[in-house]
Amino acid sequence: MTMAEGNMLSNRRPETGAFFQRDRTWHPPAFAPGYKSTVLRSPQKALLSLDGTLSEITGPAFGHNLIGELDDDLIHNFAAPGESAIGPRIVVYGRVLDERGKGVPGVLLEVWQANAGGRYRHKRDGYLAALDPNFGGCGRTITGEDGSYSFRTVQPGPYPWPNGPNDWRPAHIHFSVFGHGFAQRLISQFYFEGDPMIWKCPIVRTIPDRAAIETLIATLDMDATIPMDARAYKFDIVLRGRRSSMFENRPEGN
Amino acid sequence: MPQSLDRLKESPSQTAGPYVHIGLTPNFVDIRGVFDTDLGSGPLVNDKTRGERIEIRVRIIDGAGAPIKDALVEIWQADADGLHNSPSELRGTADPNFAGWGRLPTGMDTGECVFRTIKPGRVPFRDGRPMAPHVTFWIVARGINIGLHTRMYFGDEEAANAEDPVLARIEHRHRVETLIAPREGDVYTFDVHLQGERETVFFDI
Repeated sequence: MTMAEGNMLSNRRPETGAFFQRDRTWHPPAFAPGYKSTVLRSPQKALLSLDGTLSEITGPAFGHNLIGELDDDLIHNFAAPGESAIGPRIVVYGRVLDERGKGVPGVLLEVWQANAGGRYRHKRDGYLAALDPNFGGCGRTITGEDGSYSFRTVQPGPYPWPNGPNDWRPAHIHFSVFGHGFAQRLISQFYFEGDPMIWKCPIVRTIPDRAAIETLIATLDMDATIPMDARAYKFDIVLRGRRSSMFENRPEGN
Repeated sequence: MPQSLDRLKESPSQTAGPYVHIGLTPNFVDIRGVFDTDLGSGPLVNDKTRGERIEIRVRIIDGAGAPIKDALVEIWQADADGLHNSPSELRGTADPNFAGWGRLPTGMDTGECVFRTIKPGRVPFRDGRPMAPHVTFWIVARGINIGLHTRMYFGDEEAANAEDPVLARIEHRHRVETLIAPREGDVYTFDVHLQGERETVFFDI
């Protein structure tokens, strides 16, 4: 990793303010027994709350030179030469914003997913759906100056998982986001508009607020499709916002 | 209705799930040829890095006392002089041979991971008082709905730990020990307990 090329795109002064308090009622609680794996993995004592220090306000930066040519193309980045992954071809695009609505540049966005049959390329996934020899399931990109990103993939399939006797995951893509401060670190999953499986999923339902769940649903955008090639889904990601300065609130505000 | 603040809400977290390796450490699960290496998985140090070489041996232990074998751990720390290799670091320029960030999966057999790094210098708290040397941790796994923030302090830094302004905020003093890793040789062992009598202090920060 090299220093900060992503951030040097901008002439903006780096921001050093502490982050807005995380709204813990908007996120899923640690203990959510409908998702059984949380039962023994959820802290039970109150978190220690404190304003961010330099250790959390700062964070690593990733340069665009990290990203290979096919990193954002899951259809081809694991495929044999001349071949491509099987499944409905889609482009996912959007912006990484902060809670103030500002685009966040230089963000490392990593994604992973099952193949179109709902099977992961992972030794712990024993689902009987077939592996696709041309699909690995990982990709990454770095946001542009306005926080924009896109990647190309196949739409993943739903799959059963051992929670209840008949629980299924809706089609989803996992994503990991590095903002500018370690306190912004976030992993989540997004879903696809119109999928009836979303509302039945015990993992989705760990999120108490329906409006919060809706922010994780990507929207079909027929105006952004590539005709005769791929449909498009728009998905914006929001990271924690930050105050203007670590040491003072400037009178002109944020 | 008063004017809107026009704020957005942070994207809600969801668990990293059992297959987090595919996205973040694909080579670890034999997905070869997509990324050359697993980002953050090598030693944090090279020959030129300044500072005392140490290892941090990490286990994440669930409420039944078992080490978790599908967790992913990230660390972030200052260099030997207490500077972060970050664009948001305005106090000076950190050691260019030390990125300060690492990422490892816990072993699928052992439930353990080992970071090869340096002991960080002291970083000032918000009011300027020096914090004791520490490493910032972020932990995700199947069954963890939102990434867990905590810190590791060093067992051989008793004087600095005793005046650390963050440790001082911990109300139940016996819980301070959950953040302090004992040293043996050059190895610090940090066992993170998700639940129970020895539950680690996690941060809302």
